[in-house]
Amino acid sequence: MGRYLLRRLLQLVPVFIGTTFMIYYLVWVMVPGDPFAGKCGERPCPPGFVAMMTEKFQLDQPWYVQYATYMKNLFQGDFGTTWSGRSINEIIVAAYPNTLKLALVALAIEAVIGLTAGVLSGLRRNSFLDNLVLVSTLFLIALPIFVIGFLLQWLFGVQWHIVEPTVSSEMRLSELIVPGFVLGSASMAYIARVARTSISENRRSDYVRTAIAKGLPMRRVVGVHLLRNSLIPVVTLLGTDLGALMGGAIVTEGIFNIKGIGGTVYRAITTKESATVVSIVVILVVVYLVMNLLVDLLYAALDPRIRYE
Amino acid sequence: MRVSKRTSSAVALSAAVALIASGCSGSDDGGDAGTSTDGAIVIDGTQPEVPLVPANTTETGGGAIIDYLWTGLVEYPNNGGAPQNAVAESIETTDSKVYTIKIKKGLKFHDGTEVKAANFTKAWNWAAYSPNGAQNSSFFADIQGFDQVQSEDPDGDGPKQAPEPAAKEMSGLKVIDDYTFEVTLAAPTAVFPTKLGYSAFVPLPDVFFTQKPDDFGRKPIGNGPVKFVSWEDDVMIKLTRFDDYALRDKMKIKDVDVKLYQEDTAAYNDLLAGNLDFQQQVPVSALAGDKWKNDLGDRAIQSTTPSTGIIAFPIYDPKYKNPKLRKAVSLAINRQDITEKIFFGNRTPADSWANPLTPGAKAGNCTACQYNPDEAKKLLAEAGGFQGEMVFYYNADASHKEWMEAVAQSVKNTLGINARAEGIPTFAVFRQQINAHKMTGPYRAGWQQDYPDVENWVNPLYVTGGSSNDGLYSNKEVDALAKQASGAKNLDEAHAKFAEAVALIDQDVPSIPVYFQGQQSGHSEKIKKVELTNVGEIDITSVEL
Repeated sequence: MGRYLLRRLLQLVPVFIGTTFMIYYLVWVMVPGDPFAGKCGERPCPPGFVAMMTEKFQLDQPWYVQYATYMKNLFQGDFGTTWSGRSINEIIVAAYPNTLKLALVALAIEAVIGLTAGVLSGLRRNSFLDNLVLVSTLFLIALPIFVIGFLLQWLFGVQWHIVEPTVSSEMRLSELIVPGFVLGSASMAYIARVARTSISENRRSDYVRTAIAKGLPMRRVVGVHLLRNSLIPVVTLLGTDLGALMGGAIVTEGIFNIKGIGGTVYRAITTKESATVVSIVVILVVVYLVMNLLVDLLYAALDPRIRYE
Repeated sequence: MRVSKRTSSAVALSAAVALIASGCSGSDDGGDAGTSTDGAIVIDGTQPEVPLVPANTTETGGGAIIDYLWTGLVEYPNNGGAPQNAVAESIETTDSKVYTIKIKKGLKFHDGTEVKAANFTKAWNWAAYSPNGAQNSSFFADIQGFDQVQSEDPDGDGPKQAPEPAAKEMSGLKVIDDYTFEVTLAAPTAVFPTKLGYSAFVPLPDVFFTQKPDDFGRKPIGNGPVKFVSWEDDVMIKLTRFDDYALRDKMKIKDVDVKLYQEDTAAYNDLLAGNLDFQQQVPVSALAGDKWKNDLGDRAIQSTTPSTGIIAFPIYDPKYKNPKLRKAVSLAINRQDITEKIFFGNRTPADSWANPLTPGAKAGNCTACQYNPDEAKKLLAEAGGFQGEMVFYYNADASHKEWMEAVAQSVKNTLGINARAEGIPTFAVFRQQINAHKMTGPYRAGWQQDYPDVENWVNPLYVTGGSSNDGLYSNKEVDALAKQASGAKNLDEAHAKFAEAVALIDQDVPSIPVYFQGQQSGHSEKIKKVELTNVGEIDITSVEL
């Protein structure tokens, strides 16, 4: 187990360097254009301004020199600054917790609702509840996230005024329920469906029949024997979903005016602020890697047959 | 001009003129509606791109805050009329070249220090000195000695650094005493006093010069009716009344919170829910079917703004050299149809070269702006037809697709040439190609005046070497007339000469004015009275609760 963990952690290093390199290359080299072309409106920027910025950000150096400088600073914990001179460290500290909070609320909502719906419909196949879950999840999967977002915002925020239409800067939990539901809605549907299939499949397996034959109470059969085995695909989904929720929150963040990383990355891409884009995405990559590792470790806990050496 | 940076904003430029007092139909009779003195409002804004240094701000998010925090030498009345003295006591000249500017005594910055003549000259010298890299530095190009404080990088973006400029200060600025200074221009410029109302010309307190400009810009100190309280990035900028303010436009309420939105739809929903008191431009989604008017009722404010949607020709491309062809294209566009169907009547068809809200502009002086299919076909035949494809370019990151496609379709239907519209992904890439003079077809442009005078609609756009003459239009007679106009003894003479220049431009059609911008704003029930400034920002000093 210890060696396995060490090996997995060491694997993070090349992945980390590789992704930063690729992202840096993509943003800097593949996106064409002079970062100051559109900055001064319908006229070119004054040469004095361009000269100052070029020198400040070493824009006259080849991209790999800039990448090396960026990585050197990164390992010293300095993500650099934006064109406007804001420290990217500060931007990350301000934006990441918001997105993480939103993603965690979304994750909790999708886990609770999705799992409950999936387990219940899996246990009672072809019942009214089962059909209801199937139809409603189909609905959630089919609707684009911004439709759900605008609809719920309009209904709850503007029409009925149960919640405020946008989230305040304090990011209170009560304000995050609607955005969290919107963000997690598609995953919630998938989780319900995966859990349903998994449960109904395992329901007929030998060990469940054995457990029932032994005369164990139904609560214990479902809660311990059935659920534990059926959770493996669901945990995979949930684990990797945190990264996806954080990276994919841009639409939800925009609709509910949440100051997260989605909008920040979007704006950074349009203004060609490669340092900001790379820094935020690098942390996202780390989130993905860590969550993947966690999921793998959880397998061992859920399935006694899996052991890591 | 300032450029809007809101991600989903429909309009790359938005501004407004006209005095608007709305929602006061019944409530004003009450008498006590305007007497609340300690109220607070929340208005919408966007995160300023750079710290709030006036000479360094070129976008609307930061520009609006700077307009609230500072008062310049002159101010532009909300009704779009001629500028009036604000901080200036008098601005005198005999030859439009040497100006003696007296400022009012006893005016204070927010830190309590007095506004003196040196606060202006030092601020202007800082902005003009090229190593400081101020984005608005070109505004000072009129002043004598500007070329001495600028230096250009000898090899563009190459490894060599720009040499130190020859001088640190412009020779044209001279402080006479604490409240008087003299400005000598490089050439006579009648419109110079008008320009002084632009935010690049505001004074800076002494403390600015003792710290890093970016540090100052995070906690700006101005001389306007409100002072800065706090700025939480991407969340809120808080302003409050400056009680020692001694000029005309004192605040009638106390606090102004500028809430920073990423999406105008989020702001609009907050407006409907009563969490926001003013939104300058409602989202496009609310314009369809006049939804915003139903939503807001008498709290909807429709205004027209001094900015024009233009399509410019790349005159450096031989295909577009012939004025007859350019005029044929212009006459082939059904502007009435486009403004009604695409913009739901929220913008009006352009019929003049300068925006008609601008002092010195003449309404209806664009004869090339009519829709005249017969004449268009005739001119095209005279020009020898058009070979190949005529592609109309626009930046696809704002909503220009619909109207640009309608323009291309209109040209195609009328002239029978192969015309279509094509989007370029981002404004930055789009501008890069324009700046490099590499456009191969007519392209979307837009112009919002920096200061209210017809000069701003001619010199930068149509004079050889003008700062936004991207199509490289050049006509010696226009240049000569514009030069005479700029150097005229007074504004009336200048306007007369500019009218002659515009008449020549009208023959050459270097670009196509398509529509005059409109603005659709909304306010909450709390606000009983509000006016918009000449560029469509909320006049916070007019707000009554």
